[in-house]
Amino acid sequence: MSTEKPIVDEKDLECVAKFEVRFTGYLDKDGSAVRRLPEIADLPDALIALYRSMVLTRTFDQKAIALQRTGNLGTYASSLGQEAVFAALGAVMRPEDVLVPYYREYGTQLMRGVTMTELFLYWGGDERGMDYAGPRQDFPICVPIATQVPHAAGVALAMKYRGEPRVAVTVFGDGATSKGEFYEAANAAGVWNLPLVLLVNNNQWAISVPRSEQSACQTLAQKAIAAGISGEQVDGNDAIAMFDRLSAAVDKARNGGGPSLVEAITYRLSDHTTADDASRYRRDEEIKTHWDYEPIKRLRQYMIAKQYWDSQQDEALQQTCRREVEEAAQAYLNTAPQKPESMFDYLYETLPETLRSQRDELATTEQQSRA
Amino acid sequence: MPELNLVEAVNAALAFEMAADENVVVLGEDVGVNGGVFRATVGLQERFGEQRVLDTPLAEALIAGLSVGMASQGLRPVAEIQFMGFIYPTVDQMLNHASRLRNRTRGRLTCPMVLRAPYGGGIHAPEHHSESYESMFAHIPGLRVVIPSSPARAYGLLLAAIRDPDPVVFLEPKRIYRLMKQEVEDNGASLPLDTCYTLREGTDVTLVSWGAMLHETQQAADQLEAEGVGAEVIDVACLKPIDTRTILDSVAKTGRCVIVHEAARTSGLGAEIAAQIAEHGLMNLYAPVQRVTGYDTVMPLYRLEGYYLPGVERIVTAVRQVMEFS
Repeated sequence: MSTEKPIVDEKDLECVAKFEVRFTGYLDKDGSAVRRLPEIADLPDALIALYRSMVLTRTFDQKAIALQRTGNLGTYASSLGQEAVFAALGAVMRPEDVLVPYYREYGTQLMRGVTMTELFLYWGGDERGMDYAGPRQDFPICVPIATQVPHAAGVALAMKYRGEPRVAVTVFGDGATSKGEFYEAANAAGVWNLPLVLLVNNNQWAISVPRSEQSACQTLAQKAIAAGISGEQVDGNDAIAMFDRLSAAVDKARNGGGPSLVEAITYRLSDHTTADDASRYRRDEEIKTHWDYEPIKRLRQYMIAKQYWDSQQDEALQQTCRREVEEAAQAYLNTAPQKPESMFDYLYETLPETLRSQRDELATTEQQSRA
Repeated sequence: MPELNLVEAVNAALAFEMAADENVVVLGEDVGVNGGVFRATVGLQERFGEQRVLDTPLAEALIAGLSVGMASQGLRPVAEIQFMGFIYPTVDQMLNHASRLRNRTRGRLTCPMVLRAPYGGGIHAPEHHSESYESMFAHIPGLRVVIPSSPARAYGLLLAAIRDPDPVVFLEPKRIYRLMKQEVEDNGASLPLDTCYTLREGTDVTLVSWGAMLHETQQAADQLEAEGVGAEVIDVACLKPIDTRTILDSVAKTGRCVIVHEAARTSGLGAEIAAQIAEHGLMNLYAPVQRVTGYDTVMPLYRLEGYYLPGVERIVTAVRQVMEFS
């Protein structure tokens, strides 16, 4: 057998598919425009709403960690450094849309009407923290990675089935894109052209595993292409870019254009959760470098340069946020615990007869321990 | 009244409820044009359209996860998993989400979905097609696990499962899909859930079983009757939550109990039933509770499956043993 000459020259073969992944960013790390800006960049009210959400989220985050450190909250997952991603998502979604989150999207949730007290209750070990008074159809925080992505596809399927101009949005981290359920849902969304937006919060770390060890893919956005849907990368620390691209994705879904995936490039400035110690696997210098790119300062500098904002307003906002967070924390700390029997009360619509004796057993034990 | 076999009864129940409630959507692999590999969904796509009978991509976790999302929006998805051997990727969804959604959100979101799957051995199927892991689902709080044993039961229980406001795993004993025909009135009447069904009354021994094994159990009861032993036969039907009252009342009457199931013995649902009897009915017993079950082995390929599945003779032998006590 001769190995000298290939039978077919690759160049002669027809290219049957070709893909590209685009990256969008408008502001540099100091908040200066690097290209012509989209419309929102000249809408001070819209920018201030984003900024307010980001500051509030960070203030909430600090308080949550303080509560955890003082034994007043359970394990908590911070959103530090990723606030622009979630503020932008909250701004582009409509109340009738459905958010299917993982566990860092406080900015989005708060903009949608979830209360900080509810979020504190959740991390403080109380199921009532998932009974959102505001967005009644939003899913609660999802802990098992990527398992919520099919839920969002199912929600989108229901919306499409009923012909409603609504959109389901799900958020997950870089690690989630290694899981089957992410791909299964993205693939199905493509087949059925569902009104679904998949938002990857690529914060570079899945607990201790860096992005480079998560996948050999150049981008996570290209995984969407494998599922037959569009995928793009966005600077996740640039609130203007996130707003611009997420609103395009949500509009497209709402208008029958089908699903898309947005990969937000951001950075987890915090530990994975309060139960994690990132110094075991991550160098301090790396974190320091990324503080230079953090989103709040960047948007503030842009707004100040445009004279949409000043330091006095900033101080007032910080104070308001601190006050709101303190009030929510107090409300949380003052919330009486649920009755132990409540663990039976939402298991089924009606408690099956066979479980009544267990409920009674618990209620009796509780009375005895109080007596 | 039409005579239907079990799989036809499943089909009739699906068709009835799809016609009655436009929120009912059937989804799964090959459920559309093909009508399902066992033909449980045959004709439904033709009648109700592609929007309501969805052929999904080949992804079981997706099928369960989609159903959770659809159910949260008020649809009533009835998802088919082609064989129980392929159901395990759905366990994450059923355990972490479907069974918990109501509880997690204090009733704000609910999950009225049905996950249907043919299960069990005895049809000479390929590897991974014959297992009985119903007790795995029966361990999960918040789920219902329902197993019909006849066409009429399949019709009524499936309607009840679809109408139930909480998630139901509905396991269909495929060995008896076409074993018998029964008159089933297609009138949309459901049967109650969370209750056992007493198929036959007797005073000497209580035989407890479900699904296909009731066929052998009833045959054993016939044989025992000829020997002068009156067996009460209980169809558990709803394995979760389980109606222990009916079983305990029967055992209080007979003083003897033999539990028959196809699943492996250890941690099978028979263990739970035996424990309930030990806790609440020990003093009524004349004899130790016996279990006639599959062995704690890997389900053998089909040449040996007949040795694995409990047969009439094993059931009769166990009853003769408990009858030695008085």
